[in-house]
Amino acid sequence: MSTTTTRGVARPASAKASPARPRRGLRGSSTFNFWLFTSPFLIGLTVFVYVPIGWSLWLSFFEARFTVTPSKFVGFDNYWQMLQDSKFTGSLVTFTVFAVFIVPATWALSLGLALLVNRLRFMKAFFRSVFFLPTACSYVAAALIWKMSMFSGVRFGLMNTILGWFGVENIAWLANPDPPWYWLVIVTLRLWLQAGFYMILFLAALQNIPPELYEAAAIDGAKPGWQTFRYITLPQLRATSTAVILLLVIAAYQAFDEFFNLLAKTTWGRPPLVELYYTALGESQDYGEGSAGAVILTLLILIVTLAQGKFLGFGRSDDK
Amino acid sequence: MSAMSSNWDRRSVLRAAAGLAALGPLAACGSNNGRSGGGSSGKSIKQYFHAYGEAGVEDALKRYAKGYDKAAVNTQWITSADYESKLFSALLTDNAPDVFEFHPQIQLIKSGQVADLSDIIDPVKSDFNPADIASHTVDGKIYGVRMIDDPQFFFYRKSVLEKAKIQPPTTLDELIEAAAKLTTGKVKGLFIGNDLHAVINPLIWSSGADTLDAKNQIAYHTEGVKEGIKKMRQLFTSGHLLLDAPTDYWDPSAIVQGLTPIQFCGMWAMPVMQKALGDDLGIFPFPKVTDSGKQSVVNGGWSMFVNAKGKNVDLAKEYVKWLWIDQKKYQEDFALSYGFHIPPRASIAASATKLKTGLPAEGVKLFNDFGHFDNIGWTQAMITALEDVFANCVRKNGDPEAELSKADSTVNRELKKLFG
Repeated sequence: MSTTTTRGVARPASAKASPARPRRGLRGSSTFNFWLFTSPFLIGLTVFVYVPIGWSLWLSFFEARFTVTPSKFVGFDNYWQMLQDSKFTGSLVTFTVFAVFIVPATWALSLGLALLVNRLRFMKAFFRSVFFLPTACSYVAAALIWKMSMFSGVRFGLMNTILGWFGVENIAWLANPDPPWYWLVIVTLRLWLQAGFYMILFLAALQNIPPELYEAAAIDGAKPGWQTFRYITLPQLRATSTAVILLLVIAAYQAFDEFFNLLAKTTWGRPPLVELYYTALGESQDYGEGSAGAVILTLLILIVTLAQGKFLGFGRSDDK
Repeated sequence: MSAMSSNWDRRSVLRAAAGLAALGPLAACGSNNGRSGGGSSGKSIKQYFHAYGEAGVEDALKRYAKGYDKAAVNTQWITSADYESKLFSALLTDNAPDVFEFHPQIQLIKSGQVADLSDIIDPVKSDFNPADIASHTVDGKIYGVRMIDDPQFFFYRKSVLEKAKIQPPTTLDELIEAAAKLTTGKVKGLFIGNDLHAVINPLIWSSGADTLDAKNQIAYHTEGVKEGIKKMRQLFTSGHLLLDAPTDYWDPSAIVQGLTPIQFCGMWAMPVMQKALGDDLGIFPFPKVTDSGKQSVVNGGWSMFVNAKGKNVDLAKEYVKWLWIDQKKYQEDFALSYGFHIPPRASIAASATKLKTGLPAEGVKLFNDFGHFDNIGWTQAMITALEDVFANCVRKNGDPEAELSKADSTVNRELKKLFG
């Protein structure tokens, strides 16, 4: 009887079934969930990033030609060789100069585009997409388009066709280092590919500036345009600007794809990474020297980044 | 209810992901993964080829591989311009090819990357071009099977030169003069490739020098070579050289499209040029640079090697023997049905009727009279060192003596590592 009476009646939840109790063992554990979701990435990071970095550091102290498991320890010889290699040191100097030019140029262009797009009253989404779309294009594909259709040295190259209308002779844009027209090809390509991405960062930052600031400035008599931009917009974009410059500096030193495809086998306009590619993975297959070069390059990027951070105050608290 | 739904969704997602993961390998089984043939042995071989420019070569190689019944042969067709980089990197991994094509280079032997193939070649050694055997031999052992020989020379439009009253140049000065006379409007007189690298060795040989001598010491650093480099600089700055063409010297497009009447190229492109230009086509070797020099022809080509560190060395050797020694019909097809190449086997060359008359026969004659073969001691690092000399002197107006001295230190360092 009692059985029948209890059947079908909802029993009060026992103390043991309290919400605090983990459901089905570890599933409710936040520690378990943390490791469940982060471990694939941590494993990937370890296997594909930290182990190769450590291995590369180890290789840099060994003679490692045609092998990644060398046995002959050579100390700092590989570093000495790389620092004596005029091609490698030349590439470091060239790309420091390149960074000095391309970083402000990309910064200015992307900020300009962001300001332009932010003020548009119509077709805003269209123009944002137009400027952002090149970011989705592969560097290799873009480099080949630039090289084979736009800046080809023959009469049917787009630029030579246009110049031909004005009676200008065909220009060998990439084959001839004198005059160095190849920089025009590289810089236009890089600006086209990168400006859209940084424009989005600036756009987000612009939209975060409180409109009250502009209203207060207007009440105080600030003129719209340059004065407002100089004293309100620009200071408000400081954090984003610093981050953008940091990313651009690193990107300038890590340039590879477009240079490799545009200037294959030249001795000019060769970035450090292409130089290291030819040392480690190309004809020489010298993983020892290649790794030493990679360490030197990493240290250079670190120094430049820290110096730039110190100069622009990256990471410095605003209230200090 | 909502909680249950949420659980169900998560499970669904996990199940779907697991299902996809499980289906991956199954899908791979059914897809075209490049593997052909196979037989029932369950064994497999992986072979690497660079992408040939001539249409049909890839299909032909896969067709040959399909005919091998002792193992499945997976052909990797590498379209990148940096075939050597991909190959060298792959050779360090477990995913390395068992069989690959490349040029004979001693570094591959010194680092134990290629297997000794003497046992499969020795029985037919006398049927091979002796120069090809010599270029694959180190300490009496033969390390590769030559598949094709590729002579490279200048192709020219007979009618254009006749109209300008120009004879095929026999000296570098005449070539420079011809380029100037043939440049009209948007047509440049001469094309020797975008980076000029293809003519480095011919320039050295035509100056009366060599890359290395018989004792494996530097032989390129001579007054003749320096003079040649200076003349090349004169040609480069003359405005009569086609630069920055959409395709490089190995592709016949420049001469076929009328961008130039003289182009340096390989015999492989002869059928395409003949199809486009008919009989209006002639050839001449790289001209003499100095009085003591002699006209020259690069006898390039490709050879088959077996990865000595691979998992299937014996099987790979058996396959190489089957395809590149026993299957003469395939070798003839490979040499003559797509582009024109000279078969390294005397018996196949003798029956190659396509090379017996006309322009191909002239090409064979230049190959025999002026040809220089691969030097196994001349490695990629040394090749790059001289490419840098060309880039810095011819294209950047550097001092030939200083640049050659710079190359000397790289080459000597390399020689020391290889020969002690």
